[in-house]
Amino acid sequence: MVERSPILTAICHLILIGGIILVCMPLYFAFIAGSLTMEEVQQVPMPWLPGGHFLENIATAWTKVDFGQLLVNSLIVAVGITIGKVAISLLSAFAITYFRFRFRILAFWLIFTSLMLPVEVRIVPTYEAVANAALPIQWLIDLLNIQGLWEWISGNRIEIALEWNMLNTYQGLILPLIASASATFLFRQFFLTVPEELLEAARLDGASAMRFFWTILLPLSRSNIIALSIILFLYGWNQYLWPLLFTTDKDMATAVIGVKHLIPRSDTEPAWNVAMSAALLAMLPPVLVVLVMQRWFVRGLVDSSK
Amino acid sequence: MVATTHEPGLKHAHFRTAGLPAMLLLPQLLILLFFFFIPSIRALFQAFLLADPFGATVHFVWFDNFTALFASESYRNSVWVTIWFTLAQNVVTIVVALVLAFATDRVVRFQSAYKGVILLPYAIAPVIAGVMWAFLFNPAVGPIAFFIKSLGIAWDPNRNGSDAMLLVVLAASWKHICYDYIFLVAGLLAIPGSLMEAAAVDGAGPVRRFAQIALPLLGPTLFFLTTMNFVYGFFETFAIIDAVTRGGPAGATNILVYKVYQDGFINLDLGSSAAQSVLLMAFALLLTLLQFKYIERKVNYSI
Repeated sequence: MVERSPILTAICHLILIGGIILVCMPLYFAFIAGSLTMEEVQQVPMPWLPGGHFLENIATAWTKVDFGQLLVNSLIVAVGITIGKVAISLLSAFAITYFRFRFRILAFWLIFTSLMLPVEVRIVPTYEAVANAALPIQWLIDLLNIQGLWEWISGNRIEIALEWNMLNTYQGLILPLIASASATFLFRQFFLTVPEELLEAARLDGASAMRFFWTILLPLSRSNIIALSIILFLYGWNQYLWPLLFTTDKDMATAVIGVKHLIPRSDTEPAWNVAMSAALLAMLPPVLVVLVMQRWFVRGLVDSSK
Repeated sequence: MVATTHEPGLKHAHFRTAGLPAMLLLPQLLILLFFFFIPSIRALFQAFLLADPFGATVHFVWFDNFTALFASESYRNSVWVTIWFTLAQNVVTIVVALVLAFATDRVVRFQSAYKGVILLPYAIAPVIAGVMWAFLFNPAVGPIAFFIKSLGIAWDPNRNGSDAMLLVVLAASWKHICYDYIFLVAGLLAIPGSLMEAAAVDGAGPVRRFAQIALPLLGPTLFFLTTMNFVYGFFETFAIIDAVTRGGPAGATNILVYKVYQDGFINLDLGSSAAQSVLLMAFALLLTLLQFKYIERKVNYSI
């Protein structure tokens, strides 16, 4: 700071307090609503202080949509996406920075183009791909008209129908989301800053490529991996569109989807108290992660957007 | 084994094995093939096909899906809704984030506590943010709706389109301010202290320094954030819309991404949905190119 100006500093504190109120107000009211009974939550105006029914409402949510199972699902999906993304990005970044091979630039661009298209814009065909992952092969068969060919050769008519359904499975929730151009680039940028001498020294000592990766590159990338993992965990936990489409089975939904099912609509009983307590519970793990690991989180966010 | 000619993005000391890199790249490329390239190409095909509702016959219809789209009232409405929604969200987010970042830069006490709380919404799922705002402004039970009504203002986002729009803009901005804020705080921190001191010696006050030195230097960051806000508004606010208004009332908050979903999964009009996807893809491409522009400018910017 260049000069002292107590008035401006006071104004800045006021602005920041305003910001905090803005952030906390929805959370505070969600907490109040989550701790009231259904009759109390419908009072107009609503009480301004929390009641004592929070655990009761959680229990209702627990039985109503099997919330415990949903939290477990969220955890599996979020951790699966995090590990999957980090693993495949590390490997492909290693391949494109440390190896000279013919299709290096092509591989680089193939990964890079995926950065351009968010999942949300190709909802329907991706859904089809997950509903039946064998579909691409089926298209190929149809395109080449293998059925007609076989009929022509042998005179018998056959139907080829391949099916590999990933709906309502963990892999269906995880796999489509783990390709990641941005994570690959984060690691690529980092690998480019690793001193050249390390590989030369490792070579002299007779280390193979994978040995270099495991014993030198991976430990060096530790802090990058941690920072990125936090961002990816939040990303995985807060996924909405995918789980919404891919989990027709209620037991395979995630916590965030569970909250959505608890929102009162005009034709249901107005159980806002249950919905709000479940909302708070579903946001607790990612919020704790951000609070406890704030510094890592900021670093991961800034790095992964570069 | 030092390379004689240098390839961009390749370490000087590198391996020349051919099989291993292919194995290393395989998982990423397989996932991309199955869930990215094939679906994208398929969307491109579907956009030129017309299937009857039972899926029995499929015709190739050239650009009919696109012309039908541009002719349709609801699509044009959706385009306008998206434009208004993203613009309003963008302005609210950037302005609030700038004010907060400016204040954060000036305070010393409690700085990290302020930051910690302001960052919280990033951790909260968009759909949950939507649920909370829908509750606050719910005309029957919401405490803020009660407050608005007690001022004598009519409020019903379930019936009034502009009320609904205001509500989704607020919810979407609340969730995204923290993102812009982080980058702006980092940007302000990176401005050399000597510049500010020189300006102060010349008699420029804190607000003037912010407007005439910090803001121009933050230009590239602001450009990047504007692009990211557009990406967010276009593609990532699906959950907020679904939780708060479901595109209603009467399409008043039916943004393009939500319409793709509605036409594809609820109205089962695959051709039209695919055509919309293709247009959105083109737009996403444009935004990515803008992001590249940012990367270029950032390079020039580092003095």
